[in-house]
Amino acid sequence: MSNLLQFSICEALSLLEKKEFSTKELVETYINAIEKTKDLNMYLTTCFDQALEQAKVSDQNYLNGNQRFLEGIPLGVKDMFCTKGIETTASSKILKKFIPTYESTVTQNLWKEGAINLGKLSCDEFAMGSSNETAAKGEVINPWNFEEKRTPGGSSGGSAAAVAAKAALAATGTDTGGSIRQPAAFCGVVGLKPTYGRCSRWGIVAFASSLDQAGPITRNVSDAALMLQVMSGYDPKDSTSSNKDVPNFYNDLGKSIKGIKIGIPEEYNSDGISSDILNAKDMTINFLKENGAEIIPVKLPLTKYSLPVYYIVAPAEASSNLARYDGVRYGARIDGNSLDEMYENTRNLGFGDEVKRRIMIGTYVLSSGYYDAYYLKAQKVRRLIKNEFTEIFKQVDYLVTPTTPTTAFKLGSTQDLLTMYLNDVFTVPASLAGIPGISLPIKLDKNKLPVGIQILGKDFDEQGLLNVAKVIETCASFKDTPNGAAS
Amino acid sequence: MSNNSKIDLNTLKKLGKLSRIPIEETGSNKLMEDLNKIIGFIEQLNEVDTESVNPLSSVTGHNLPIREDVVNDGNKNNDVLENAPEKKSGYFVVPKVIE
Repeated sequence: MSNLLQFSICEALSLLEKKEFSTKELVETYINAIEKTKDLNMYLTTCFDQALEQAKVSDQNYLNGNQRFLEGIPLGVKDMFCTKGIETTASSKILKKFIPTYESTVTQNLWKEGAINLGKLSCDEFAMGSSNETAAKGEVINPWNFEEKRTPGGSSGGSAAAVAAKAALAATGTDTGGSIRQPAAFCGVVGLKPTYGRCSRWGIVAFASSLDQAGPITRNVSDAALMLQVMSGYDPKDSTSSNKDVPNFYNDLGKSIKGIKIGIPEEYNSDGISSDILNAKDMTINFLKENGAEIIPVKLPLTKYSLPVYYIVAPAEASSNLARYDGVRYGARIDGNSLDEMYENTRNLGFGDEVKRRIMIGTYVLSSGYYDAYYLKAQKVRRLIKNEFTEIFKQVDYLVTPTTPTTAFKLGSTQDLLTMYLNDVFTVPASLAGIPGISLPIKLDKNKLPVGIQILGKDFDEQGLLNVAKVIETCASFKDTPNGAAS
Repeated sequence: MSNNSKIDLNTLKKLGKLSRIPIEETGSNKLMEDLNKIIGFIEQLNEVDTESVNPLSSVTGHNLPIREDVVNDGNKNNDVLENAPEKKSGYFVVPKVIE
């Protein structure tokens, strides 16, 4: 029954309801697919026994007609989400053998609606990276041209790769500066970063709390709508959680985009940007015009300052958030002769190089004498960037940009730090402003690698974002499958 | 290392101390070089005029919610200690602090 892998969430739900196949068959098919794609190194932990137990419950619910919103849908979960009773490491050695005694709100929301957990997906260590190369258990291999060993992107590299490789029907991701959208673009799948506050951060391993946001990675736009609907919602346990109503994203999909205004920011361009990516942008603009949207060139001159702001704010918050890893309460401990020595030994061996660098930069910009010059300065420029978006959204409804300056590069090919950081140049601005963004695949480039396009919208207008994405998706009709996918 | 490097060996050691990440002889030059590269990059922000701009620390647009000061959770002693590398009689155990 391996052909079950072809179905999207929407299709699978309707076929499960018609009893065309059982949840058990669907889950078994995915377990088999995970075994077949093991060489891509996507799953850190699997929980097949639990998944099969859940499948029994789901099948019973279908039998009784009591099926829930995502009944029987097998998902992968980024290892940043705490999962009760299942090891959660954030791809770090320092959290080895950490077994949470509680469940994150977002994953709990999914299980409550009948979704089934297949296991935990690799990512960059503490979500700090753009290539999945900082993962303690080694990098994930992109299923596209898998023999060339390319990056799946990061930090949600395992999530995006697993959805592309058909080793999960969909997955959760987290996005701090592009960690859902960039890997989605590199793997040819849909990745949605909701508005800051839309999904609860409770139970997600904290990286940079003013930026972190959970979102879905899926095969298509309709599935993203379904997933987001379940993942979203007010949570009193997260003080930044929004109490805005969650629309019925899926039911309201498919509205016409006639007459809406789409801004094309001229600054979302860069020196090494490939002609294939520029071509994908032009194709997208044509799709939008054909559907009656008005295309308006716009300027966002502060765009180039987004990355420098990010590399102050995110490390500052990380240095504070990661102070909790001290070998006392959870995770690994490396003994020492004194308390301080134990802290130092634990953190020295527990953290990888990129995490250490970011903790030190964060410590530096927050330290006495430098706080105003760096941290406060960055927060001020962040305000100006947010204002720039607010102003531009008075002129246009959405912005369309490339998601990334390049397609998936070869693992190990980017040694320079700043070159690596530039991967997020088009995704970081929306994170700083807190606005929602979605990436979806448009075409393949000359190397047969997917090219993603990003749509940005106003705060809490995920519905509009999904509608525009749906129109583009229909026109682009991207149907290719990676050669590393299970079949 | 250029003369205008912000982070020298002393600063690096201080950062190591503050963040409880020991600085080892091997690799300290490379680390210093990397950190200075990042500092150089973020200093682009000096080009931006931020006179009379209020810093932005949260994008939520709502005030911090305040709940009633009542006990709404508890009896989680075992849960809290569940993942401790070393524990005894309901407490975390750390290396001896006082001689």
